[in-house]
Amino acid sequence: MREVAVIGVGMTKFGEIWDKSFRDLVAEAGMKAIMDAGIEGKDIDAMYIGGMSSGGFVEQEHVAPLAIEVAGLEEFHIPATRVEGACASGGIAVRHGYMAVASGMHDIVIVGGAEKMTDVAGTEATNVLASAADREWEAFFGMTFPGLYALMARYHMHKYGTTPEQLASVAVKNHYNGSMNPNAQYKRRITVDDVLASPMVADPLHLLDCSPITDGAAAIVLAPVDIAKEYTDKIVRFRASAQASDTISLFNRSRFDALPVTIHAGERAFKQAGLTPKDIDLVEVHDCFTIAEIMAIEDLGFFKKGEGGKATEEGLTALDGELPVNTSGGLKSKGHPVGATGVAQVIEITLQLRGEAGERQVKDARIGMTHNVGGSGGTAVVNILEAI
Amino acid sequence: MAVPRYWREIPARYNLIGKKCTVCGRVYFPPRPICPVCRRKSAGKMVDYKLKGTGTVVSYTVIHSPPPHFEGEEPYVMALIKMDEGPHLIGEIVDCEEDEIKIGMRVKATFRRIMDDGEKGAIYYGYKFVKE
Repeated sequence: MREVAVIGVGMTKFGEIWDKSFRDLVAEAGMKAIMDAGIEGKDIDAMYIGGMSSGGFVEQEHVAPLAIEVAGLEEFHIPATRVEGACASGGIAVRHGYMAVASGMHDIVIVGGAEKMTDVAGTEATNVLASAADREWEAFFGMTFPGLYALMARYHMHKYGTTPEQLASVAVKNHYNGSMNPNAQYKRRITVDDVLASPMVADPLHLLDCSPITDGAAAIVLAPVDIAKEYTDKIVRFRASAQASDTISLFNRSRFDALPVTIHAGERAFKQAGLTPKDIDLVEVHDCFTIAEIMAIEDLGFFKKGEGGKATEEGLTALDGELPVNTSGGLKSKGHPVGATGVAQVIEITLQLRGEAGERQVKDARIGMTHNVGGSGGTAVVNILEAI
Repeated sequence: MAVPRYWREIPARYNLIGKKCTVCGRVYFPPRPICPVCRRKSAGKMVDYKLKGTGTVVSYTVIHSPPPHFEGEEPYVMALIKMDEGPHLIGEIVDCEEDEIKIGMRVKATFRRIMDDGEKGAIYYGYKFVKE
C-alpha cells in the first residue's frame, strides 16, 4: 500500500444557494480543488463523487459523468464513479479515492461530494432524507430522521443523565466555531437559551439541535506522497481510512446509547494508524443532531460513555479545549449538504493541519480525524490525517 | 405508493407476523430472510411467527415536524418498543396523554389506519400501540 496525501482542497460556500444549480456547485468545488493542487485536468486519473439523492432532490442520477462534463474533462474518458451511503456518501467517496491511490491503481484522483437540497420544499426534503432510514419499518409509520436521533437522545438522557442544556451546548459551540468559517451556512452565535427556546422538532430535539438543509459541494485531490512532493510542501497524509456497516434500521441495533458503527470504524482507524485517542489534536465529527456529537466523542474513545454531554458543557471540546471538536462549525453551523459533508470534513482537517484555518486555527495541530455517519448509524467512515 | 409494495407487507403490518429461526429459536420482527446468528444454517428454516403484540417502551419521541403523509397529525408520539418475544420495533403510541408516556411503560399493539394516498388513493393500515 502506498501512502496517500491530500494535495488540493476546494469547496463552495454552504447554505441556501438559490442562484446556483447542482452542476454549478460541482464545477466550482472541483475547479477550486484542482487550482489549489496546482494540477491540470489532464493529470487526473480517476474521479469519485459522493451524493445521497440527487434523484430525490433534483431528479438527476448518473452524476459522475455529469461532473466530468461540467468540469470539461470528457476528452480524457477517465473512470468516474458516484458512490452513495446516505449522509456518509462523501466519506465513502474519500475512502474509495484513498484506496485507488493506495493500491497503486491510480496516481491522481479527485474526490467530490455534492448535494442540492433546497430545490424541493422542506417536507419533501425531510421525506428524501427519511429514505436513509428503513422506509418500510420506520418511515412508513410516521418516523422521521430527527425522530430516530430523538429516540437515542432520550435513551441517553435516561441512562446517563445527559441534559437538554448539555445537548444545547454542542450547538452553541459549533455555531461559535462556524461564526469564524467564511463558508459556513450560519455565522450567528447562539446561546443555550436560544436552543431551548427554539421550536421542538422531535422531542427532546429542538430546531437548533438539528443540522440544516443545505446546498453545497466540496472536492479534494489525492496523490501518492512521493508525487505530492512535486506539487506542495505542506503535505497532509492519511494515517488511516476506515469504514464500517451496521443495520439500516435503528430498532435492530445491538445498543441504543451509542452508534456501534462508529465504535467499529474508529477502532479500525486507530489500529491502522497505530494511534490512540490521546494522539488526536482535533476532530470533525458527524453532528447531524447535537446528540450525535455527544455519542460520537464517546464512541470514538475520547470520553467515557455517558460523559460526552458533561465534557461538552465544560468546554473540553471547545476551540481552546483539550480536544477541539468541529472547528469548522460542524454540520450544525457550517451546514450539511449530505453528499458533500464527508469531503468537507477532510477539507477542514487539511486546512487546520496546513495552518490555514484563519481565526479558528488550532495551535500546533498535527494529527486530525474525520467521522462521517450515514443514516441513523448504518454506515460510518473515519479518517486520520497527519501533517508531515 | 404502488399497491403490491403495500400489499406484500400486510401479514406483518396487520397481524404482527414475523419470522422465527427454528435452529436457534430467536424471533425476528419485522421478518428477516436470514437469521443473523445462524446465517446459512437458517436457510429454509425461518418460519412465520405471530407476535402476541405486547411489549415495553425503550424510548420515545414526540414528532412536531412530520413527513408529507402525516401533516396535520402532529404532535404524535413515536416509540422504540421491545416486544416480549425479543425483537424491537418502531411504532406510534395512541389514545394516551403525552405526559403518561414513560420509558418502561407496558404497551400492546392495536390495528389502526396509518396514512392514505389522498382522497382516491389506497388507505394504509398497520399497527399502533396503546397502554396495556
